[in-house]
Amino acid sequence: MKRRDFLKFSATSAIGGGLLLGFGLPVRAEIRDTLTTNAPFAPNAFLRIDRAGKVTFVMPMIEMGQGTYTSLPMLIAEELEVDVAKVAVEHAPADDKVYVNPLVGIQMTGGSTAVRAMYGPLRSAGATARVMLVSAAAQRWKVDASACRAEQGAVVHASSGRKLGYGALVDAAAKLPVPEKVALKAPGEFKLVGTPHRRLDTAGKINGRAKFGIDTRLPGMKFAALAQSPSFGGKLVAVDEAKAKAVRGVSQVVRLDDAVAIVASNTWAAKQGLAAAAPQWDAGPNAKVSTADIVEQLARASEKPGAVARQDGDAAKAIAGAARKVDAVYEQPFLAHATMEPMNCTVHLTKEGCDIWVGTQIPGITQAVVMKVTGLQREQVRIHNHLLGGGFGRRLEFDGTVRAVQIAQQVRGPVQVIWSREEDIQHDMYRPYYYDRISAGLNTQGRPVGWSHRIAGSSIVARYSPAWMKGGVDPDAVESSENHPYDVGAIHVDYVRQEPPGIQTTWWRGVGVTRGTFVVESFIDELAANARQDPLAYRLALLEKNPRARAVLRLAAERSGWGKPLPAGQGRGIALCTGFGSFIAQVVHVSVGKDGGVNPTHVWCAVDCGIQVNPDTIRAQMESGIIFGLSAALHGEITLKDGRVEQSNFGDYRVLRINEAPRIDVALVKSLEAPGGIGEPGTSCVMPALTSAIFAATDKRIRKLPVGDQAKVAT
Amino acid sequence: MVKLSVNGKPLDVDVAEDTPLLWTLRDVLNMTGTKFGCGAALCGACTIHIDGQPVRSCVTPVSLALGKRITTIEAIGATPAGKKVQAAWRELDVPQCGYCQSGQIMSAAALLAANAKPSDADIDSAMAGNICRCGTYPRIRAAIKKAAGVA
Repeated sequence: MKRRDFLKFSATSAIGGGLLLGFGLPVRAEIRDTLTTNAPFAPNAFLRIDRAGKVTFVMPMIEMGQGTYTSLPMLIAEELEVDVAKVAVEHAPADDKVYVNPLVGIQMTGGSTAVRAMYGPLRSAGATARVMLVSAAAQRWKVDASACRAEQGAVVHASSGRKLGYGALVDAAAKLPVPEKVALKAPGEFKLVGTPHRRLDTAGKINGRAKFGIDTRLPGMKFAALAQSPSFGGKLVAVDEAKAKAVRGVSQVVRLDDAVAIVASNTWAAKQGLAAAAPQWDAGPNAKVSTADIVEQLARASEKPGAVARQDGDAAKAIAGAARKVDAVYEQPFLAHATMEPMNCTVHLTKEGCDIWVGTQIPGITQAVVMKVTGLQREQVRIHNHLLGGGFGRRLEFDGTVRAVQIAQQVRGPVQVIWSREEDIQHDMYRPYYYDRISAGLNTQGRPVGWSHRIAGSSIVARYSPAWMKGGVDPDAVESSENHPYDVGAIHVDYVRQEPPGIQTTWWRGVGVTRGTFVVESFIDELAANARQDPLAYRLALLEKNPRARAVLRLAAERSGWGKPLPAGQGRGIALCTGFGSFIAQVVHVSVGKDGGVNPTHVWCAVDCGIQVNPDTIRAQMESGIIFGLSAALHGEITLKDGRVEQSNFGDYRVLRINEAPRIDVALVKSLEAPGGIGEPGTSCVMPALTSAIFAATDKRIRKLPVGDQAKVAT
Repeated sequence: MVKLSVNGKPLDVDVAEDTPLLWTLRDVLNMTGTKFGCGAALCGACTIHIDGQPVRSCVTPVSLALGKRITTIEAIGATPAGKKVQAAWRELDVPQCGYCQSGQIMSAAALLAANAKPSDADIDSAMAGNICRCGTYPRIRAAIKKAAGVA
């Protein structure tokens, strides 16, 4: 199937079958598999209550570390008036309608949307159920519902002191009509939302019981090791089947057009079989592709005008007439996701149907694509979603599931396909390489009067969801550039789509905001330096109409000791990120060694994400985003040579380790504005804060990521 | 058949002697708490204890565990250090996606069993082999200190 076709699938409602998946290990009550219980009272798709009063929440978003299995239950529990620590949480089945993310239009966890999308719907879901339970109690007591209230999973009639638990009311409540509209609490009435709450998923994650897709165990299950063509678009030519099958435990060699899988009784046997099979490849049309060629193509493409994303005034004229002109080119590399849980998928395909055990950010699309590959009907394809061992955008794709289904089509019984770390790094779908040209004209006071920015790179949106394209502009690729918060006079932003040969690109933490924030914040910092002004003061002067942005910048600066002198070789850099409906500012403090080694020792982060649901999760996501962003900014880079990805494992695709992680201080701003996203902007903000800190320490401006050893020449 | 002792239980396991303990635990014994991350001792997700010492099970063949005690995440809570580590992890809400945390906890428990009051440098050297992509490092450090009573 062509990926661009996914939105054409009709999303008729179907609930995945109620297969019980308790096989193998005891499952704690906190996180349950899809539809493991039935209950008499289910007024909407998000909650069920049984006769014992046990409350189950069905999560429209999947947990991948971002804390959504705590903050979303808090939203329901706030209105339902139950103890959120006692509810059971279930993965939703595949259903693009019932479990649609209203900000995206399909069932999707991504784009830091979970709280923004579900803040209203989940509170309504809880309130609706509460109203029905209160009505049921009032009818039984023959009193007015307004004389009753709900608290701690029970309805109370205050004047008579009568009390009934929800479990005793579910049968009566289930017979009542579901109210169409219910009043919701005002933020000032929240008892739970806004208070730091322990995560609901921790217990299983500290004793080995939490189940990720890779932990699926089924009777008779086989294990497959996979090798895909090392160059993109290459073909399998030959395998030594006899040698592979000579390995103890190997039962089968599965040949695909561009891949081979060895099926065995355990993964080790499968890996040994794969080594023995020594697959031979026809390298195909991309055998000569190198990063240098791709960058050259991007550089040339960016010399021509692109599709216009924004035009206010005559930027070219304003720049030409300005007192000074500043130009820069920024480059950001291909990046792998390197989730700790490597890509994997378990499939049991029979004539009657297909069961898929996987962790995915897109259950509905995954179901649809499996229908397409197998020819099965919707109700025959059951997606059993799992906790994700990291997402970061990688699991917004279904390539791993398609690959596993292709293998399962040749295997009797269930088969688990696990990608080696090398496959995972070398056959990722990468964050695009971006090439940005940017210019500004400054007046005699150093203030911008004109701004021109051209972005060249692969379009994820054009492939993933072409309907989102706007007249040739990829709205993700120009994010945080066509809508950055600074007052810079006349402005022109355009976009040139340039696809790298054979390389598939996709979402990566922070998406367009990460690309745009690095470029715009770096360039603002350059303008401040050109104008010989303090980077904080310079920003504040261009943000006069943006009090939330100013407030977080000031707060982060204040906590960091901004302006206090530092020893030679140290520096502070500041950056602002206004993506995902949130306002974040960070100050990074770096120490640059005589050998050019860059050590970010401290990061101060100020966050205004509107109404806070779980403040501790916001802190955790800032810590997480900062470390993820520093990994990429310092070391992250996928390069190609002779058509192959040069990196293969954590030895050459470096990520931060505990001894390299900075101290992180997070300050939260209280706000009654609409809630904003928090999973990604921490990553977006830290990259330019880091490179500006390196500039402050060394006078070396990093315009091309990763930093690598670029600071070396400056010392 | 090889004879192993896993979490205090003697087991006869039908695998070749060069099979890494990781796949023996996960695929043969269905003990999936120990995680596969890299297959090359680079990330620490597969950390288990052999006679109390932390090892990377992805590169440790079963032959090296014969006659020795294997301890995994499923049973680390039964050791004094493991119990303290798990309690601190819960209290500080360390895990995010959680996938690397079995390995983190096994490394931290081995550290505390050997060194009751680790310094920051001790924590760095004991934990630097365990990667976390969610960036839980600040909380891991704080939780180890809490478990050690040095916070």
